[in-house]
Amino acid sequence: MNALYIICGLGIASLVAEIVNLKKWLVVLITIGIATAAAVATLDWNTTNSYFNDMVVIDNISIAFTVLICLSAVLWFWLSHDYFKDETHITDQSALVLFALVGAIILTCFNNMSMLFLGIEILSISLYVLAGSKKDSIFSTEAAFKYFLMGSFATGFLLMGIALIYGATGTFDLIKISQFTADHHSTLPGFFFAGVLLVMVGMAFKVSAVPFHFWAPDVYQGSPLAITAFMSTIVKIAAFSAFLRLFLNCFSVVQNTWLFTLQAIAISTMIVSSITAVYQSNIKRLLAYSSVGHAGYVLLALVTGSSDANGVIFYYLFTYSVASLLAFTVLTQLEKSDSDISLTDLKGLFKSSPILAVGFTIALLSMAGIPPLAGFIGKYLVLNLALSVGYIGFVIVAIITSLVGVYYYFKLIISMFQDSPDAKQQSISISTRLLIYVLVGLVLLAGILPNVFQVI
Amino acid sequence: MLTLFIIFWPFFAALLLFLFRPQNAKGFAFLASLLELAASFAVAYLFDPSNSSSFDVNVPWIDKLGVSFSVGLDGISLLLVLLTTVLVPFIIYAGTNENKSHTFYGLILLMQMALVGVFMARDGFLFYTFWELALIPIYFICLLWGGENRAKVTFKFFVYTLAGSLFMLVGLIYLYYQTEGTHSFDIQKLYKAGQSLSLVEQSYLFWAFFLAFAIKMPVFPFHTWQPDTYTTAPFQGTMLLSAIMLKMGIYGLIRWLLPMVPLGVAEWGYTAIVLSVIGILYASFIAIVQKDMKRLIAYSSIAHVGLISAGVFTLSKIGIQGAVIQMISHGVVVFGLFYIVEVIHSRTKTNVMSDLGGIRSKAPAFASVFLIILLGSIALPFTSGFVGEFLLINSLVNYKLVIGALAAVSTILGAVYMLRAFQQSILGEESSKTSTFAELTTQEKIVLYPIAIIVLVIGIYPAPLLALSEPAVDQLLMIVSDYLASVK
Repeated sequence: MNALYIICGLGIASLVAEIVNLKKWLVVLITIGIATAAAVATLDWNTTNSYFNDMVVIDNISIAFTVLICLSAVLWFWLSHDYFKDETHITDQSALVLFALVGAIILTCFNNMSMLFLGIEILSISLYVLAGSKKDSIFSTEAAFKYFLMGSFATGFLLMGIALIYGATGTFDLIKISQFTADHHSTLPGFFFAGVLLVMVGMAFKVSAVPFHFWAPDVYQGSPLAITAFMSTIVKIAAFSAFLRLFLNCFSVVQNTWLFTLQAIAISTMIVSSITAVYQSNIKRLLAYSSVGHAGYVLLALVTGSSDANGVIFYYLFTYSVASLLAFTVLTQLEKSDSDISLTDLKGLFKSSPILAVGFTIALLSMAGIPPLAGFIGKYLVLNLALSVGYIGFVIVAIITSLVGVYYYFKLIISMFQDSPDAKQQSISISTRLLIYVLVGLVLLAGILPNVFQVI
Repeated sequence: MLTLFIIFWPFFAALLLFLFRPQNAKGFAFLASLLELAASFAVAYLFDPSNSSSFDVNVPWIDKLGVSFSVGLDGISLLLVLLTTVLVPFIIYAGTNENKSHTFYGLILLMQMALVGVFMARDGFLFYTFWELALIPIYFICLLWGGENRAKVTFKFFVYTLAGSLFMLVGLIYLYYQTEGTHSFDIQKLYKAGQSLSLVEQSYLFWAFFLAFAIKMPVFPFHTWQPDTYTTAPFQGTMLLSAIMLKMGIYGLIRWLLPMVPLGVAEWGYTAIVLSVIGILYASFIAIVQKDMKRLIAYSSIAHVGLISAGVFTLSKIGIQGAVIQMISHGVVVFGLFYIVEVIHSRTKTNVMSDLGGIRSKAPAFASVFLIILLGSIALPFTSGFVGEFLLINSLVNYKLVIGALAAVSTILGAVYMLRAFQQSILGEESSKTSTFAELTTQEKIVLYPIAIIVLVIGIYPAPLLALSEPAVDQLLMIVSDYLASVK
């Protein structure tokens, strides 16, 4: 809980920073603050505390996800320091990011439907603004508007679902809801299940699962690169941790009513995203579809309904966000002015700056699930879990789609290692180099010594 | 300690190469591989075939998943490790210095680590990790330094092999859940788990594993990636692929497939043999009509591997012993042949045999070495190829006369295409391209003479190699036959 206070405080501080002229050191201070928040969060490890009449319950799972979000945020601030350097409204932007983080952390520890709604709204509203923060770019504005419109619909579904669930059970409290459904299993009204499905639809929007994924490519493409990185890592982690809390814990009693739908969503997410990604030549769009695909694997772990799924999903999201951050670090170096990055821009990258090419390659190999990188262990854990409950068919689909994944990731890799006549040497700042080393180190470490990171 | 050293030394050497970028990357890599060679000889010297557990290392790695870092050596593993450590220094030394950098030699060393790891792994997960790890360096070697159309060709190779190994992964996880007690990837536990399954389950597992191994070798009809990849890859890449990497597939059959799903092997072994024999004939016939020498050797490699794989599935001692010795022989011979093609190519800029001719009078030493290595490929008595092929065909004749006879035809076909290649390129009238053909340089002699000597020595006195692998083969076969006897 203290972590949440710290980050709230940081957000307010960063709003004030404009007045007290702290702009120069702001990002550094924020980074230290978030790291402190993560450290503070770990102090509660192995205890379960509830706050505000059980509105918030902090257990190991929520602490793990909070720390993961904070860690990603620290790395994210590091990678996006160029973004903050160019911006005139540093303080506004950083405050928005911090408030989005607050929303994300609430999503890891809510125990009440109203907190869920609060978390999602704090997160989303900040993001709507951030997506449109490149004000002179029409694509950025389009992205913000599209995201806002789609997001509002999703929120609408979510609210309707919450209302129906409240109508059936008479409570917002997750623990009480699950108790109520266990006690009155046979007499639950039909609209309760409709409510559960509506909540699922709302959450599926947030994690961009098929068929609610259409906003993702456009928003990823239009938003400033740093914000895209934020959305594809931190927002994903937060949304999935909320998904977990709802469907693995709260609605697990009524699993048979929603399981089939979620299975269908998981399968179609894996299939549709991998097929569509093959046809993309814009790298941001391609990464958007790839992130949709990864959502499919996480959902596959989720539909096993096993209690091990928490740990598996945590690890998967960890490997995925480290690899994504690595990929986005490289992309921030490649993005020139307003132009998009397409496949042809990657040509000759290995010649012009090997460190970027190798970093990007390692990120992509990890996402493709090649051992001994982090992504392999993540994918392996998911397949392992799915096979342990006998989902052989799903596993075969997952394997075929990850083969397709190899195809589109390797399209990028191949073009980086091709020769290009107009490849120019690029200078890369020491800070970026260091960040790439750190992220590559994490990807390797998480692949070779997964024990270290398998905390839950 | 020595065990860990021979696995991880190439990795550290590669790391040093990347980090410190010594002036002479090739020299550094060569020295590193010589040290590795010395270490592997020390292992071979200390190795006692009757007590093979002395080199075992087993430490927990990922407890939660039942994975441990478990490696060991028996005769079969040791021979393949030796094949790797002997050939890699040659492969590095054979390189020319143009355009090949730290990256190139670092990747070769990484590849060596993965290969040694595959041959020593005694844990399913570890085996899979090394198996995949071997793919990455070779992919980049081919992508960065390959010939025409390399992006497409190497990608096909990558996807093919990855597709195969993913099915193996599913098979491994499935078996993992069948292990007794706390689930584990330990090889002995996996053997037990596999043997406890019904025929239907074993059949599925057989195909999951066989697919991965068959693509790697490659066995007909999974071979379509191979000729293009061998032709496009830089010659050192081709050597790594053909001389060492394809042995991973055969080794996988012997070490993992046979003892793990004996019923599946008994049920489907015949199919595998038939596929292999079809592959032998098919590849031999295609080799006969090849004009490009590199392609010809690529197809001859499919034929040889087909024979080895057929021998393995006879489940007989001579078959597997023949397979082991033929793996060694094929590795050495194919390395020599690809290097000879490279020597010719570096002088004449062509691989097309009809453009060549008359080399014998220009470079008699070269012609003689070529002849020795080529005879090793044809399997003439007193060359290394003879021992293996004799045992393999023998085992096939015992298995089924027709199959044995068809496989024996391959030796004749092999003589046809190989001797034709020799005749066209070395003998006859000299062409415009060979009129200035120079004799072997010192570097080339240092590579080719030892190879030719190895071919002859193994051919004349194969007993030490056979003795080295015999206890291991006996042990594996005992597991299989005991199980099959207990089922029936």
